[in-house]
Amino acid sequence: MKIRFNLNGRVVEVDAPPSTILLDLLREELRITSVKRGCEIGECGACTVLLDGKPVNSCLILAPMIDGKTIITVEGLAKDGELHPLQEAFIEEFALQCGYCTPGILLTAKALLDINPRPTIHEIKEALVGNICRCGAYQQIINAIIKASQKLRRT
Amino acid sequence: MRADYVNIVNTHIVPVKLTYHAPKSIEESLRLLANYRKKARILAGGTDLVVDMKLRRKEPEHIISLKKIKELDYIVDDGSAVRVGAATKLRTIEKNKIIRERFQALYEAVRSIGSIQVRNMGTLVGNICNASPAADTAPPLLIFNATVIAKSLNGERTIPINKFFKGPGITSLEDNEMVTEVSIPYPPENSGSSFLKISRVGMDLAKVNVAVLVKLDKGVVEECRIALGAVAPTPLRISKAEEYLRYKSINEENLRVVQEIVAEEIKPITDVRSTEWYRREVSKILVRDAIKLSVERVKK
Repeated sequence: MKIRFNLNGRVVEVDAPPSTILLDLLREELRITSVKRGCEIGECGACTVLLDGKPVNSCLILAPMIDGKTIITVEGLAKDGELHPLQEAFIEEFALQCGYCTPGILLTAKALLDINPRPTIHEIKEALVGNICRCGAYQQIINAIIKASQKLRRT
Repeated sequence: MRADYVNIVNTHIVPVKLTYHAPKSIEESLRLLANYRKKARILAGGTDLVVDMKLRRKEPEHIISLKKIKELDYIVDDGSAVRVGAATKLRTIEKNKIIRERFQALYEAVRSIGSIQVRNMGTLVGNICNASPAADTAPPLLIFNATVIAKSLNGERTIPINKFFKGPGITSLEDNEMVTEVSIPYPPENSGSSFLKISRVGMDLAKVNVAVLVKLDKGVVEECRIALGAVAPTPLRISKAEEYLRYKSINEENLRVVQEIVAEEIKPITDVRSTEWYRREVSKILVRDAIKLSVERVKK
């Protein structure tokens, strides 16, 4: 089945069986390995991607469902070799240990800051309900998102 | 085979022949449904269906996706009811001003479902058609006396929500019928509603969920509606308790009686999420708290 979509700013056309899961399509076929395989049932958030700007679980999406849509992954965050302010803030605040949940959290945080440039701690926690960090770096993650929101407001 | 391409095993997805249909109109989807019937499954958001397919709980040969049917994505306020289309996302519903202000129990139920990721995909109609006894939107729809609009090539049918659920995973839909809309009448004046649930963690299904609507007249209960989920094969109204409270005032003694009636009327089971005993005990507490909360909201 032919599926056409916009991936990180470029148009991609793939021919995949309709039972292909978006997570597999991205990782195995398109080599977008920032998208992580976690629980496989939409609970952990490691596979989060942005679908038309909104965070979704790529493990719950059949490839044909994204036909004509726009997908953004962490590979699409940095521009011209410059890290996104969120990525910078995560490094500065050391908002990770193993890093497995980080791509999903960066994208969830980006979607939050896109619609809410000045989130409260409560709003950040609420946005991150669907992203589990088993290293328990939540406090640093929240700090990083606040710092990124300040950076973004300055630019 | 190159090792790179082997890693599909972990998805558990059925590698059988699966045909994906993306009709552009309701009419076209009804034709597909009439054609494939039990072999087909409607996909609205996919957050339940795709998991069920991965776990092989459902093995459809045909997927009829609603993704390209724009006419099914709406929330319309017609002055006496709010109508929600079959493709309307949960996230759209929770952001709707009328839902948030007038249908508080539904607003709270939707917000309690999964994560933002799940609510960006999942739909209200999908939540009820999946017919989980623990479906969070079911108790609020029950207390608001919602109606379900089902269409087939033979025409349209209106099903009251209390006739919609038939058992775990079973609805009153025929195999050529599709829900196109849920219509939720405005709650009566001088009423308040609330939704409460207990679950292990934020992302999990409910152990018990409760929705209550109370309509007061000079401090006396003129009407009370109580619905619970995850405590019987289907979500249900507790009419005995509702009748008991009618024309009474809200005090500890009356609430205790209501709690006992609720505990008698429900039929909870023991499963991975909870025990029968716990569900019964916690149902009492949730019903009492939801009644009190609803009463507080009337005054506002």
